[in-house]
Amino acid sequence: MASNEGTMAEGAERYKSGVIPYKRMGYWEPDYDPKDTDLICLFRITPQKGVDPEEAAAAVAGESSTATWTVVWTDRLTAAELYRAKAYRVDPVPNTGEGTNVDAQYFAYIAYDLDLFEPGSIANLTASIIGNVFGFKAVKALRLEDMRVPVAYMKTFQGPPTGIVVERERLDKFGRPLLGATTKPKLGLSGRNYGRVVYEALTGGLDFVKDDENINSQPFMDWRDRFLYCMEAVNKASASTGEVKGHYLNVTAATMEEMYERAEFAKELGSVIIMIDLIVGYTAIQSMARWARKNNMILHLHRAGHGTYTRQKNHGIHFRVMAKWMRMAGVDHIHAGTVVGKLEGDPNMVAGIYDTLREPYNEQNLQHGMFFNQDWASLNKTMPVASGGIHAGQMHQLLHYLGEDVVLQFGGGTIGHPMGIQAGATANRVALEAMVLARNEGRDIWNEGPQILRDAAKDCRPLETALDTWKDITFNYESTDTPDFVPTETPSA
Amino acid sequence: MRITQGQFSFLPDLTDEQISKQIKYAIDQGWAVNVEYTDDPHPRNTYWQMWGIPMFDLRDPAGIMMEVNECRKTYPNFYVRVTAFDNTRGWETPRMSFIVNRPPEEPGYGLVRQEQQGRNIRYTVRPYATDHPAGERYPS
Repeated sequence: MASNEGTMAEGAERYKSGVIPYKRMGYWEPDYDPKDTDLICLFRITPQKGVDPEEAAAAVAGESSTATWTVVWTDRLTAAELYRAKAYRVDPVPNTGEGTNVDAQYFAYIAYDLDLFEPGSIANLTASIIGNVFGFKAVKALRLEDMRVPVAYMKTFQGPPTGIVVERERLDKFGRPLLGATTKPKLGLSGRNYGRVVYEALTGGLDFVKDDENINSQPFMDWRDRFLYCMEAVNKASASTGEVKGHYLNVTAATMEEMYERAEFAKELGSVIIMIDLIVGYTAIQSMARWARKNNMILHLHRAGHGTYTRQKNHGIHFRVMAKWMRMAGVDHIHAGTVVGKLEGDPNMVAGIYDTLREPYNEQNLQHGMFFNQDWASLNKTMPVASGGIHAGQMHQLLHYLGEDVVLQFGGGTIGHPMGIQAGATANRVALEAMVLARNEGRDIWNEGPQILRDAAKDCRPLETALDTWKDITFNYESTDTPDFVPTETPSA
Repeated sequence: MRITQGQFSFLPDLTDEQISKQIKYAIDQGWAVNVEYTDDPHPRNTYWQMWGIPMFDLRDPAGIMMEVNECRKTYPNFYVRVTAFDNTRGWETPRMSFIVNRPPEEPGYGLVRQEQQGRNIRYTVRPYATDHPAGERYPS
């Protein structure tokens, strides 16, 4: 290869028919200074043996923007330099490559011009960024770690139809996490039996009950029947407590027409909230977000299916990117990890995801996996949902890690209570209120938490029973998704 | 029946000391505390009567506690709540709300069902107390 390998070929040389390295096609620009209006992606790249990291980064930039495998003269009919994504920085990932048992990985920074994307379309954004490159042969594995969305592009998205502030105002619930539970068993209950679980849990003290992701309209329960019985339960529980109550009615269905039909019925019945599953796809999510905004409905999203592409550290999409896309697409709730429950979640990674959903501005924080500053341009905040293997005995840890703008969902931890569902719900609510009260009083809930719960249980037998039943239940598995950067002490001079 | 609106209704009624500590927390966050009262406990009765305007400039929990007690003394048979307002950008909404006084007897709510086509039902939650005119709802 010529001695000018690694820099862009000029003029006719660049457009000579044939195959030239991506680096020489203009997709590697180490001197490029990203513009404020650029969208920037950070990829974790594991190059194939023999492929140098800069060429791999350039290839990813090329394949996620204008390039094809060979030179095309039709580029010269366009302002091609603008449309080319530019890889401008490649850093080795700490603790990979030589001397470790992991293939060498690199963080590649790639900038995309604003004109590459259709306003307000997650479908278009993702068709570019993750459309082709993940199967690309030059890389062994590829993971989209983070994305900086320019304010100009952010402003073209609707965002959450309701948002945390307005959701709380509508529900008249302030200053504490919300409480929920998923109806169990998730499959097999008739509409009548299903509504019983909803009523008991709401009357006992929960704010929400939830359909599970795969409850749609099956032989054992037609969706209309479920909606009718659930709304009887919701209204009856509201009358027995004096509170606004809700049940996430899952409107996920095979077609948009059916989803709209179910959503309209939920509205007609006076439900405050509906839900959809992530697997319906980006476009359907954005359509339902618009419908929800138009109809004053809170929109809950279950992240069904995400583990297939978010979990492995070397390949796929980090969940913080999914969280970002979903806040842009416009969901009010999204399942985002518990730290202490049965599902994947390192505390640092979960903190980064929660900040992505809830903050008006994210500062770069490498320990939390946040590679960029992100201005949310006044988009509403999405309420994270913590669900999966959590119980009342962990209340101090949950409040410590997750804060107060979160829905804590105790499914088994409510319905599995030995004294019944109402008692299970009451135990959770008492534990929650006692912990918030103590935190506000300035007590050290991290250390005093177990004692605070025991003291609260003196006035509440259901809580005492819950603490005894689940006292030893923890899920201590290693996370697969962990930070690449840890703070180290700088020796002082 | 004990209505469970607000942050701490599942706990035993808060003592004055506990209320003061919550007010201190609100003040430390920079929030403005307000006292409100009502004899209409409908879950969607958003606008309770205001006991004055939010105390934007009062930063002393003891001073606010005096207002709470004045309100409770004037309306012993009403619901009284403490609400804390946050005026920072992106919030601009209540951040706390909890009940500090309730009538000795709480009759609760009826659920009125109006049957409609297709098994659809229109629900109305109706506080029994509001059968009586305002001011005469809770006997002392």
